[in-house]
Amino acid sequence: MNRYFWILGAFIALAALLAVGLGLNPREVPSPLVGKPAPAFNLAVLGKEGETMGPEAMRGKVWLLNVWASWCVSCRQEHPVLVEFSRRGNGTPIVGLNYKELRGDGEIDMRRVVPEQEAPLARERAAGWLKQHGDPYLLTVMDIDGRVGIDYGVYGVPETYVIDKEGVIRMKHTGPVSPQILNDKILPLVAELSR
Amino acid sequence: MKALYIAGLLVSLCILPAQASSTYEAAVATDPVAEKRLQALSRELRCLVCQNETIADSNAELAVDLRREIRGMIQEGRSDNEILEFMVTRYGDFVLYRPPVKAITLLLWGGPIALLLIAVLSLRSYLKRRSILVAKTDKPLSAEEARRAEALLKELDSK
Repeated sequence: MNRYFWILGAFIALAALLAVGLGLNPREVPSPLVGKPAPAFNLAVLGKEGETMGPEAMRGKVWLLNVWASWCVSCRQEHPVLVEFSRRGNGTPIVGLNYKELRGDGEIDMRRVVPEQEAPLARERAAGWLKQHGDPYLLTVMDIDGRVGIDYGVYGVPETYVIDKEGVIRMKHTGPVSPQILNDKILPLVAELSR
Repeated sequence: MKALYIAGLLVSLCILPAQASSTYEAAVATDPVAEKRLQALSRELRCLVCQNETIADSNAELAVDLRREIRGMIQEGRSDNEILEFMVTRYGDFVLYRPPVKAITLLLWGGPIALLLIAVLSLRSYLKRRSILVAKTDKPLSAEEARRAEALLKELDSK
């Protein structure tokens, strides 16, 4: 009897372990960037010819960096949440990082795009998308070749970073921001950091 | 003649995919040493998009970008360790196919050994208990039992 008890116990333990493992999201890889200063960049601002912007411009503010692209299906899903967030107007700016607008789109054959044409074409597409779906961003910067994305450890658009007044990344969310994540995780953190 | 033609066709079919992928990455092929290092490094790194593939195997956008990045760093003359460090600071230990031994990865590295140890120890104690049990209960057959066993065997043989 005792023996069967042990086997049953071992089985339950194993089942519990596997159940927990199944519940975890393998896409949620903890970012080593949390707690580190936001990597510097200097990228062209969408819609403002000749202007560039970097994270140091946001010093003293708590802000969100949202990585998006017009070809990214999940971005379309999260976009209304961001638009609503910016409309509610609690003053937290969102900076858009447009990630590989053309190169990331599997349907575009980059060999057919003239290099000089890439940046204007990317801007045009990004601006068109924002016009169609609403623009929640303070401004959007263009990461045409995805290099800044690599510095931020981007591996699945959309991604959202919460950055504090000192320019330190406090949170990273991979995947679309749902209203629940916004209300339960991002907003409390922003409120705490803004104090 | 026909056989030769078919053989030629087969050979070209085999070469074709290899060619297609090598034009894709033509820039590296010029330097065989750098190419070798790139291959070795990208086999150590996980592609975070497909997760179970290395950067060397994966054709995901990100893997292509990261190979390009590694290539750039090799050309700048950075060491292998510096390149791996570059990846870890951005994507975390998860990007390494052989994660470092740390407090957080102790279960990962020690788990299988611990399980094996538990299995060996419990097998040993089980065998020990069993041999004691057998020694205790094992008695030679009585004359009556031996006769019955003999009869049963004979019955089987006659069938």
